[in-house]
Amino acid sequence: MREFEYARARDGREAVALCEPGARYLGGGTNLVDLMRLGVETPARLVDVSRLPYDRIEAAPSGGGARIGAAVRNSDLAAHPVIRRRYPMLARAVLSGGSGQVRNMATVGGNLLQRTRCPYFQDVSKPCNKRHPGDGCPAIEGDHRNLAIIGHSDACVATHPSDMAVALAALDARVHVIGPGGERVVPMPGLHRLPGAEPGRDTVLEPGELITAIELPAPPPGRSVYRKVRERASFAFALVSVAALLGVDSAGVVRHCKIALGGVAHVPWRAARAEGALLGRTAGPDAYAAAADAELALARPLPRNAYKVTLARNLIVATLTELAP
Amino acid sequence: MAEITLRVNGVERSLSLDTRVSLLDLLREHLGLTGSKKGCDHGQCGACTVLIDGRRANACLALAVACDGLEITTVEGLADGEELHPLQAAFVECDAFQCGYCTPGQLCSAAGMLREPGPSAVTGDLTEDPALTAEEIRERMSGNLCRCGAYVNIVAAVHRVAAERAREVAGR
Amino acid sequence: MSTIGGMRRVEGREKVTGRATYAFEYAVEGAAYGHPVQAPIARGRITTIDAEAALAVPGVLAVVSSADPPPLGSVEDPELAVFQSPQVAYHGQVVAVVVAETAEIAREAAETALRIEYQAEPHDVVLRPDHPRLYAPERVNPAFPGRTEKGDVEAGLADAAYTVDQTYTTPALHNNPMEPHAAIAAWEPDGSLTVYDSTQGATAHRDTIAAVLGLRQDQVRVISRHVGGGFGSKGTPRPHVIVAAVAARAAGRPVKVALTRQQMYDMTGYRTPTIQRVRLGADEDGRLTAIDHDAVEQSSTLKEFAEQTTTPTRVMYAAPALRTTHHLVRLDVPTPSWMRAPGECPGMFALESAMDELAEAAGIDPVELRVLNEPAAEPESGRPFSSRNLVACLREGARRFGWDRRDPRPGVRREGRWLVGTGVACSTYPAYRRPSSATAVAEDGGYVVRVAAADIGTGARTVLTQIAAEALNTSPDRVRVEIGDSDLPRASLAGGSMGTASWGTAVVRACEALLKNGGQEGRADTSEEVAAGSAFARHAFGAQFAEVRVDADTGEVRVPRLLGVFAAGRIVNPVLARSQFIGGMTMGLGMALMEESFVDPRFGDFLNHDLAQYHVAACADVQDVEAVWIDEEDPYLNPMGSKGIGEIGIVGTAAAIANAVYHATGRRVRDLPITPARLLS
Ligand SMILES: Cc1cc2nc3c(=O)[nH]c(=O)nc-3n(C[C@H](O)[C@H](O)[C@H](O)COP(=O)(O)OP(=O)(O)OC[C@H]3O[C@@H](n4cnc5c(N)ncnc54)[C@H](O)[C@@H]3O)c2cc1C
Ligand code: SF4
Ligand code: FES
Ligand code: FES
Repeated sequence: MREFEYARARDGREAVALCEPGARYLGGGTNLVDLMRLGVETPARLVDVSRLPYDRIEAAPSGGGARIGAAVRNSDLAAHPVIRRRYPMLARAVLSGGSGQVRNMATVGGNLLQRTRCPYFQDVSKPCNKRHPGDGCPAIEGDHRNLAIIGHSDACVATHPSDMAVALAALDARVHVIGPGGERVVPMPGLHRLPGAEPGRDTVLEPGELITAIELPAPPPGRSVYRKVRERASFAFALVSVAALLGVDSAGVVRHCKIALGGVAHVPWRAARAEGALLGRTAGPDAYAAAADAELALARPLPRNAYKVTLARNLIVATLTELAP
Repeated sequence: MAEITLRVNGVERSLSLDTRVSLLDLLREHLGLTGSKKGCDHGQCGACTVLIDGRRANACLALAVACDGLEITTVEGLADGEELHPLQAAFVECDAFQCGYCTPGQLCSAAGMLREPGPSAVTGDLTEDPALTAEEIRERMSGNLCRCGAYVNIVAAVHRVAAERAREVAGR
Repeated sequence: MSTIGGMRRVEGREKVTGRATYAFEYAVEGAAYGHPVQAPIARGRITTIDAEAALAVPGVLAVVSSADPPPLGSVEDPELAVFQSPQVAYHGQVVAVVVAETAEIAREAAETALRIEYQAEPHDVVLRPDHPRLYAPERVNPAFPGRTEKGDVEAGLADAAYTVDQTYTTPALHNNPMEPHAAIAAWEPDGSLTVYDSTQGATAHRDTIAAVLGLRQDQVRVISRHVGGGFGSKGTPRPHVIVAAVAARAAGRPVKVALTRQQMYDMTGYRTPTIQRVRLGADEDGRLTAIDHDAVEQSSTLKEFAEQTTTPTRVMYAAPALRTTHHLVRLDVPTPSWMRAPGECPGMFALESAMDELAEAAGIDPVELRVLNEPAAEPESGRPFSSRNLVACLREGARRFGWDRRDPRPGVRREGRWLVGTGVACSTYPAYRRPSSATAVAEDGGYVVRVAAADIGTGARTVLTQIAAEALNTSPDRVRVEIGDSDLPRASLAGGSMGTASWGTAVVRACEALLKNGGQEGRADTSEEVAAGSAFARHAFGAQFAEVRVDADTGEVRVPRLLGVFAAGRIVNPVLARSQFIGGMTMGLGMALMEESFVDPRFGDFLNHDLAQYHVAACADVQDVEAVWIDEEDPYLNPMGSKGIGEIGIVGTAAAIANAVYHATGRRVRDLPITPARLLS
């Protein structure tokens, strides 16, 4: 680990001021300290934002939305009564990530910005375009069994590892940030970006921009769930996951539908084609299969991860069937 | 270097430290509290689990400087003098360890877990605080790997203490 | 001897209060920290080592490398010839160590300030069944013949009514004890050396360390009171111990070295990947007419380690024709080594999967097929078994598991999302014994027993206390057993499931001598007793049953039930024995479903070298795991009547689970681990 300076900010403005080039924000540290110890991240200064006053969850009265402070710990988010009741998909996504210990440390802001678990990215003895643009991407010819099937580029085939972000992408969350240039709101999906020719950039945030809160609109009516597939029953990242919400009217017609996939792309993947294929249709396994196929027509699996296409398809159909048989 | 002050097992400690030192290395290499173990140094095994302000956390991923002003409890601080913590006693009785290397982390994790009433990934109804069944315990303790494979007995030991607590609460 | 019952671990209190001290934790005055540097190429040569910048980092005390090779003595294990040559034999080989005042400084200087340049050469790290450099090793670990053949295998197969001819593979696997390998080396002014080490055998480590450093055995002391697991990987000294010693000499200070989890993947051994072809023939009734079992496996260019993968097949089933062979290729990889039940574990995955396939082909219940092929004597040697209760294990297991209600048809049971199935497989493990010595002394109104044994979690300290108490006819609380120190009477390794048998024999004999000598002091050395050998084939056996659920959509496999029934001689401590069995079964579950060390051939090292990428079973994976045993009296073993129990639990687990997955889904997975990716493709 390189030597670094440590500073704790008292408020967001001060944090932004302290976050000079080469500095990084420190949330719970569960990803940043991990990567610093591996030599992947080498900040000259850490600006600790874990104790900023962004530690509250404010819920609008029943039927409304919620605003989650960026410093809220993952476990507190999942344990919050309003989140459990109004956004069960989000609570479940958060609970399926990491361990009890990791969730106690991890912040909402840090979770969104955690970096890929691509094995080459985490090993500085290997080349990697995301770490060093121009190095090449060894995963394309190598071990990409857990990497992307959609939206990847010749430069990078990594996936975004967060479970929470998948639920947020499905829920149309809005990410509030402040930065040297002032405040702005970034919609989800839209915070994370596909690798394209610039895999070094995971998100659309500018250097020094600080996440202060996540705003959730009122949840659309319907049942929702998060399902995560992994070979180990717990404490493992997703092979593929799905966040799904389905609102079906009394005639059995799909009126509301939100679907996002994890483990398939460089971003939490909002399955807009699948949603489009379902809205206004009669709910049922055939419609779900058609919707899954519409989405996965976009898939371009690599030689060793074609199983993810089957898995994603089966998982979408099974999950939607569970929500509305 | 940075100056920090924190409380460890009730004792206030002030130190001047390299900012790179983790809470785990602070405990093990600077304070001589070697009960907390290092199994991976990356949050992946749970051997380093301690309680930070009463909540279980991976000491290997916590920077010591970031713990300034906080209250740390390690396995050395669980017992009340010579009187073992109920979890410690149950671990001995249920043979919930073999090599013992994961054990301090399991114990601190279980101690923290018993204070986390909310749902887990296996809870059916999210709106209720579930009873700590074996299935719930298994999921909640999954951040603590045990290569000796003592899980069955770990779950039995934690279950025993959880059930005692539940009875006490019900009796009140 | 009577059964003593379930005494709890004597060091239990120390372990739950955090007071048990492991290697890296000894408070050695003035210790500095060493960080090993690893080669980033799989084959080639170091061309330049420039330590100037590293030495200029404030706090750095020394750098040791092949630029100035530290003098060593006689090095039998080339893995321990650290810093002797600029040649690189595998990716991750240790090439230098940086010593500094703190761990943070040492590591940072090692990773960024030390400049080493390499001339890489083309490397070959991929095990293939058609590798041109495959050869048949003369001997396999530890000293079995590489090849055995009895009868006419081809004729037996040609005559068979039913045949199976399949290839099974197991990946490279890592022991991954929770305590990373670590050592503190402290030189005394008189030139002697104390090493706080994490080892499965203080005596053997001491002997090896002394030889490598060119010291007399009495100049080296190895202390290893508590060991955070080993599973074979701490059975021989690893390079970091020698690194710590030469670093301490260079720095003029004691030096602590702990491998990172990532470094362990290259420097502490692993189970070789295997490619196994099993051919079985059986007659109309299901009686085996031939067994042919070949294993292809790897070793390093540094030394030959040939895992004894097909040796269990020499023990298991009656057949007029039986051939077992091994083929090895030396690759540019780290040397594989012992991992829990080397040989038996991967070998029985293949054999017991094939037996399941044969049962299916012949339309015979898998339990009955095994009973039908029960041999009267050890198939390969013809020697009588000292005891063999495999059939009793199968019957008892079948009864407890509810096997008689099993519908043999694959892929027909569904509960909601889940396809449900059950499977069975057998396990076996040899009952070894090695020479050891011990002393027993009357002290402070009780007894102190001393033996350089190791407790790596097996409960050895506790079991030896019980064994001594019984031999001395006293209660265990009047006996204190001292282990884990090479200054104690020399003892064999904790390995090969032979600890209790080997050390226990010495302890019993020492206690007997004490009683004979007037009750003050007794010593024993079992070399002669053990060398006498036995006319019997001595093995433990077991029957393992698994129930699995496979998600029909996702291929996720969960294991609601594992049952092991074992016949392993007399069980000295039922509580600890159960823990050993279920611990092995738990590791077997990981092997079946998730464990795999993956090599990217272009780089040559293990890519998924941490516990987030190499998955071992977590708490949530392990549901109802139960182990029971058959009371077995065997007078031909040792004074305790015990067989080893540390390894047999893992042996049949993976096959039982794979067979259950087949029963659940109709998909036969012959390549471990059984992942969603495999089940869906
Ligand atoms: C063993 C292990 C297993 C895990 N398993 C899972 C899993 O299954 N699913 C899953 O989703 N996650 C998993 N995680 C990841 C974990 O969820 C993330 O590490 C965590 O959420 C990151 O949050 P943090 O506060 O610790 O972030 P940090 O590590 O502090 O920071 C992460 C990044 O975010 C930046 N940052 C932090 N806060 C802000 C802010 N407010 N504004 C702008 N930038 C900020 C930091 O500069 C850094 O780049 C696992 C982690 C570990 C160690
Ligand atoms: S997939 Fe992306 S992160 Fe992984 S090696 Fe390629 S460029 Fe690097
Ligand atoms: S040492 Fe901290 S989680 Fe493994
Ligand atoms: S007791 Fe050895 S790792 Fe858990």
